[in-house]
Amino acid sequence: MSSRDQIIQAIQKVKSDNKTLPEIPEFRVPEDLLATFILSIEGNKGQVVSKEDFQSWLEEKGYLKILSNSERLEVSNLQILPSDPHELAELELAILDGQWASAENGAIWLDDTQLRLRAIPFITEHLVITIPESNILGNMHQAYDKIGAAHSGFGVFIAGPSKTADIEQSLVIGAHGAKSLTVVIV
Amino acid sequence: MSNQTPHVGLFIPCYVDQFYPNVGIASLELLEKLGCKVSYPQSQTCCGQPLANSGYERDTIGSSEHFIKTFGDFDYVVAPSGSCIMHVKEHFPPEFHGQNTYKELQGKVYELTEFITDVLKAEIKGEFPHRIGYHSSCHGLRGLRLGASTELNVSPFNKAKQLLQGLDGLDWVELTRKDECCGFGGTFAVSEEALSVQMGKDRLADHLEKNVEILTGGDMSCIMHLQGISSRNKQPLKFMHIAEILNQAIQ
Amino acid sequence: MSHPSKAAEFLKDQAKSHWHDETLWFVRDKRDKISKSIPEWENLRTLASGLKDYVLNNLDTLLLDFEANAKKNGIHVHWAVDAEEHNQIVHSILEKHDCKAIVKSKSILTEECHLNPYLEKRGVEVVDTDLGERIVQFLQQPPSHIVLPAIHLKKGDISKIFHEKLQTEKGNEDPTYLTHAARLHLREKFLKAKVAITGVNFGVAETGEFVVCTNEGNADMGVHLADVHIACMGIEKIIPRRKDLGVFLRLLARSATGQPITNYNSHFRSPEPGKEIHIVLLDNGRTRQLARDKFKNSLKCIRCGACMNTCPIYRRSGGYSYGSTVPGPIGSILSPGIDVKKYSTLPFASTLCGSCSDVCPVKINIHEQLYEWRQEITKANPDLAKGMSMKMASGIFTSPLAYKISGNLMRKSLKALPKSIIYNPLNVWGKERDLPNPPKESFKEWYKKNRP
Repeated sequence: MSSRDQIIQAIQKVKSDNKTLPEIPEFRVPEDLLATFILSIEGNKGQVVSKEDFQSWLEEKGYLKILSNSERLEVSNLQILPSDPHELAELELAILDGQWASAENGAIWLDDTQLRLRAIPFITEHLVITIPESNILGNMHQAYDKIGAAHSGFGVFIAGPSKTADIEQSLVIGAHGAKSLTVVIV
Repeated sequence: MSNQTPHVGLFIPCYVDQFYPNVGIASLELLEKLGCKVSYPQSQTCCGQPLANSGYERDTIGSSEHFIKTFGDFDYVVAPSGSCIMHVKEHFPPEFHGQNTYKELQGKVYELTEFITDVLKAEIKGEFPHRIGYHSSCHGLRGLRLGASTELNVSPFNKAKQLLQGLDGLDWVELTRKDECCGFGGTFAVSEEALSVQMGKDRLADHLEKNVEILTGGDMSCIMHLQGISSRNKQPLKFMHIAEILNQAIQ
Repeated sequence: MSHPSKAAEFLKDQAKSHWHDETLWFVRDKRDKISKSIPEWENLRTLASGLKDYVLNNLDTLLLDFEANAKKNGIHVHWAVDAEEHNQIVHSILEKHDCKAIVKSKSILTEECHLNPYLEKRGVEVVDTDLGERIVQFLQQPPSHIVLPAIHLKKGDISKIFHEKLQTEKGNEDPTYLTHAARLHLREKFLKAKVAITGVNFGVAETGEFVVCTNEGNADMGVHLADVHIACMGIEKIIPRRKDLGVFLRLLARSATGQPITNYNSHFRSPEPGKEIHIVLLDNGRTRQLARDKFKNSLKCIRCGACMNTCPIYRRSGGYSYGSTVPGPIGSILSPGIDVKKYSTLPFASTLCGSCSDVCPVKINIHEQLYEWRQEITKANPDLAKGMSMKMASGIFTSPLAYKISGNLMRKSLKALPKSIIYNPLNVWGKERDLPNPPKESFKEWYKKNRP
């Protein structure tokens, strides 16, 4: 008997009375979604800027190696998207478009269509994600409703810059992923 | 309520009977002052909790049967102990669950403070001008839900606090860790002695830091453990069961 | 393996045990604050509990659905009956790809299977990439907490081992400096690794996808740069629908660390072109636990660690005092299922305070299961010393006369005996506590006189 059959049979031997699959109700969401979203991102040690402020922010930073998959922001002097993510080891800034965001916790959903190479938001030193204000939802339930059955080989909720508190619970920003997250409201 | 005064059977935990009779006396007098007809059935022994919590629930069939018989004729069974009442309500051996006599008992057992707030619906008017630190014993708190535990996102309530705050001059102290366990835990107090004592010391430190004058609570087991550590370390804390406070204060 | 002696050992270093307790209480406190900011928090717990109840009742169909959907999406699905088979499967994938060096993100399941030593014995370099896990790996220690692996270590300890292994400045204890050194060191490993192993937080039956949650981004750095992703999942980690993730993700990080969500919540459905994703579904005693009516609820666990953070015993004795892969309250109801004799002291390493059950996001009745395990353990270990005295006590409590006589004797002897006899080392209570002053009469005696 295969291990698969062994395990399934062992489970079937102990089936008991039926339980119903709970339905997830709608919960109240904050009034001002943008304000809540901004607070959430800032709480996660990210920052939020307007489209107008983005250009001046970018100039100030002076990053040289920038990769952008964004259809919402105009940026010049970009790196070409390689086929091998290892070539992005020195990438300073990646700009990606976010699909949906959850105001309660700042989580922003991107999938293969926006990422194009899955390693990008993690390997880059700094990360920018754009999100239209109208795509900011109240909570994760609403986000999953919008994502629905959309089929992408990979999707990720990103809520802030990479961080860790593994050394005596001291928060350090920039563990293995991006050292900063800037969200641009478009 | 029936047209005759309900008969309350007073259940006094074994260690209260042996070592803290004043708590039994205070409980009795308090209930009488609140208009109850109270009797203490002499044949009662122990609810069986020490055995059950040590893994010998199956050896409490005799004591459980005896308990049901002893308290069978009362309208209510009231004890100055959250842990004993919780044990009676939930941990008689499986043979008893579903039986009518046990079901009836489960429906009529109460810890002292919840009996006063929920059944008698009484307020205690009186004076007790002292600085009080309340120890929320775990079985009463999370077992009987005598109060809202700090882990839960529910509206705060605490039946003991409700009664105590009605007393004039009483200064209720907010602790840093409002409902952390004292470390008694029955045989835990002896089998994991180092932990038990450390937990007790930490609870006491919380009260001492806030200049608590009298440490009180609903379970003498916790208080016995805390008082034992406190007196060994010659700390300036007094200890009273809530029944003693309410009985002393009531006018 | 005795919890009491390990706990006593831990408590000898008063400063360190106090610091450990305060540090974990701080995490519990963060969890409290954020859970109270969500009005529907208790609703979410009930929902999550109900979802997991459904899962345990339909585990076979959900796993088969998951397998079918995952395979349709190009994921290789493997089944492992036990730890040995799990390790063999992982190793065979490595051999097939001629891989001798891998990176691994946090997976308590791989700890349970002792995967690292298995692979290392076969010539594979395993690098744990979660910062806390890398630290304990350097120190050749197991993680002491399932979410905060290095919580028992101070920055001085970490500075020392990093100086030795990574040549960081001697004596530099700055967490930012040390983390940055680890970032550079592990980045090299990520860029070289051809195979990356991760755990799984949730497997979704409806879509055949699985989710990995991290703050550091180490799971993703590993898998997106590697050619092969091996995900290791306990069979109980399955959930029915994609939208159920909304419930679990809202509860998980808030319960674990007091954050609204982990930074990265990666949903894996199909491999990138030219790459492979494998998932290993592990039993290793889970179906046995499922068959235990009183204890199967322990399989609802989503490994948040909240029970450890709140447990007054865990905080004051540390993860190592449990001697099990998963320590703390949840560990104490899982481990006896694996070895009822080895872990017999664990369900007694508790005052049954119930705090764990109140923080559990999936409402596992942990403290009730601890009580039930005590009943099983005394049955399985009939020669426990408690047995004799308990049987005597049982006789005393059943007979009012015997009870009355013994109580009198006890009180009278306490009065008469010198303190040296009462407080001798054999009397454990008296080591650090006074006994109550024996009153002149019992309540029974008073009642007889005053209420005839």
